[in-house]
Amino acid sequence: MITQHLPILPILLPMLAALVLLGLGLDEQRQRLVSLTATLLLCGLAALLLYQAGSDEIRHYALGNWQAPYGITLTLDRLAALMVLLTAILALGCVTFACAGEDAQGSHFHGLFQLQLMGLNGAFLTGDLFNLFVFFEILLLASYALLMHGGGKARVAAGLHYVVLNLIGSALFLIALGVLYGATGTLNMVDMGQRLAALDGDQAALATTGALLLVVVFSLKAAALPLYFWLPSTYAAAPAPVAALFTIMTKVGVYALLRVESLVFAGTGASVPIQTWLWSAGLATLALAMIGALGARDLRMLVAYLVLISVGALLVGLGMGQRAGDAALLYYLLHSTLVTAALFLIAELIDRQRGQAGTRLVCGRRLNQRRLLGGLFLVAAIGAVGLPPLSGALAKLWLLQAADTGQQAWLWPLLLLATLAALIALSRAGSVLFWASHKGKPGSQRVRPAQLTGVLWLLATLPLLVIFAGPVSRYAEATADQLARTESMAPAALGATPGARP
Amino acid sequence: MEALFAGVVGTLTACGLFLMLRGRTFPVIVGLTLLSYAVNLFLFSMGGLNTHAAPVIGASLSPSDPLPQALVLTAIVIGFAMTAFVVILAIRARSELGNDHVDGRQGDEEPPR
Repeated sequence: MITQHLPILPILLPMLAALVLLGLGLDEQRQRLVSLTATLLLCGLAALLLYQAGSDEIRHYALGNWQAPYGITLTLDRLAALMVLLTAILALGCVTFACAGEDAQGSHFHGLFQLQLMGLNGAFLTGDLFNLFVFFEILLLASYALLMHGGGKARVAAGLHYVVLNLIGSALFLIALGVLYGATGTLNMVDMGQRLAALDGDQAALATTGALLLVVVFSLKAAALPLYFWLPSTYAAAPAPVAALFTIMTKVGVYALLRVESLVFAGTGASVPIQTWLWSAGLATLALAMIGALGARDLRMLVAYLVLISVGALLVGLGMGQRAGDAALLYYLLHSTLVTAALFLIAELIDRQRGQAGTRLVCGRRLNQRRLLGGLFLVAAIGAVGLPPLSGALAKLWLLQAADTGQQAWLWPLLLLATLAALIALSRAGSVLFWASHKGKPGSQRVRPAQLTGVLWLLATLPLLVIFAGPVSRYAEATADQLARTESMAPAALGATPGARP
Repeated sequence: MEALFAGVVGTLTACGLFLMLRGRTFPVIVGLTLLSYAVNLFLFSMGGLNTHAAPVIGASLSPSDPLPQALVLTAIVIGFAMTAFVVILAIRARSELGNDHVDGRQGDEEPPR
């Protein structure tokens, strides 16, 4: 009975938790307890979903038992389950970290955090384009408030840009949906994919326009080249646990691109231009993010540019337009999300012990716990750069291998140069923060146990991704396979005979 | 009717775009509002424009598509909430940053820290 309703639970659980947190007015300790419990439950639930999805069966959950394409569906396949699990693991680290005191700097941190999780899970699970828009709005609204958590000039200035840009993005999203609905008469992704493939003439051109508009919207969320300028200042200004959670927000854009490319636009006229565009945008993002990382004068800014490097690599993987690229990018996505999140948290710990110098890369006060923080920073930096023995090396190697001969000429130099740039930038940051900073007496701030637990939880995933590289990569390959043959799953998705509508 | 409708949507979009590119928060918000009006009208028309066609089967010869009406309601609600939020945010930015420029600074001042 309950297993039948499993796909909707990752949306309901954070929603209920958020209602409890926002509505009951609990005290601080209880709020933390509820939030931690809900996130822990979400982790278990996500693992269960992953196990179910591992059977290779795509489950469709018809809300209110209205069959698709008339009703709204949730789709649980390997990709959705993987993303939900990644979100849950990331969220657990962030919530644990925030419980050390960050959550008390403003109001309603935990409630908003759970709402954001609800939006993220919904966006990953929905099988309907309009509901994708709705869940995007939910996660964005929560993220606007979370970004401003604690207040301050930099946050408000960055938040204004972020909000206005995302509102424009939402408007474009609706226009794209309108165009696609006008051309196909449906919003269900599988159904739309089938109808788009059958279109020709004027209608096909219209649909291609809508598709490209949709790609622009998702590129804004993913922060691809011409649309990424909001990212560094926003992520650098956000409170640490929020910035860490935001590392998955760019991945939502990448996920949406992967989803619509494989499910909706595969086999239509829009497929080729989308791939070419993603390929070149990814390469250009890599190139510029590399320069940004070298030029960053603040540790948080540097980490934000590392996020951009990962976005560039992911888009390149998408733009390869082949199964191997999709599989490699999924592994890289897991790795890069967790490692950049850990770096944001470590940056906050460093900031606390450096007094006025903060995370700016200048000589400052000696750190109180320099060995502990230096060790954490070293591990995270090795992971982020992509040096062996951590998962970054495997992820980048796989991505490099996935490119075919024509693509290698572009990808290899750029990705390797970006790796070098990250190496230089992080070594320089580490030397300044830990070796060149020995002015004055160290302060008395110490890392709180909850903060350390959060960081270690995220960092522990890096060796685990290496030790279990076999199962994880097999899962990623099976996911790419499943994405490549979604067309054959269509009858099950649509329940009744597809195309019976006038 | 189609030409008039398209003209209205186009004009609203153009005005919205122009205002959004201004340097002060208030015109930007008005521009966002105009753009969201244009989008709502556009969404409303995506099932095709016709008159005297209720979205009820049997009430008229060719019933219109009810889905765009449901979608546009959702979009209006979301847009309304977002406008309220961005207005508050702009007021907050005005008081925190000391001016109403979208970058929080005039000309070539140093960015806020």
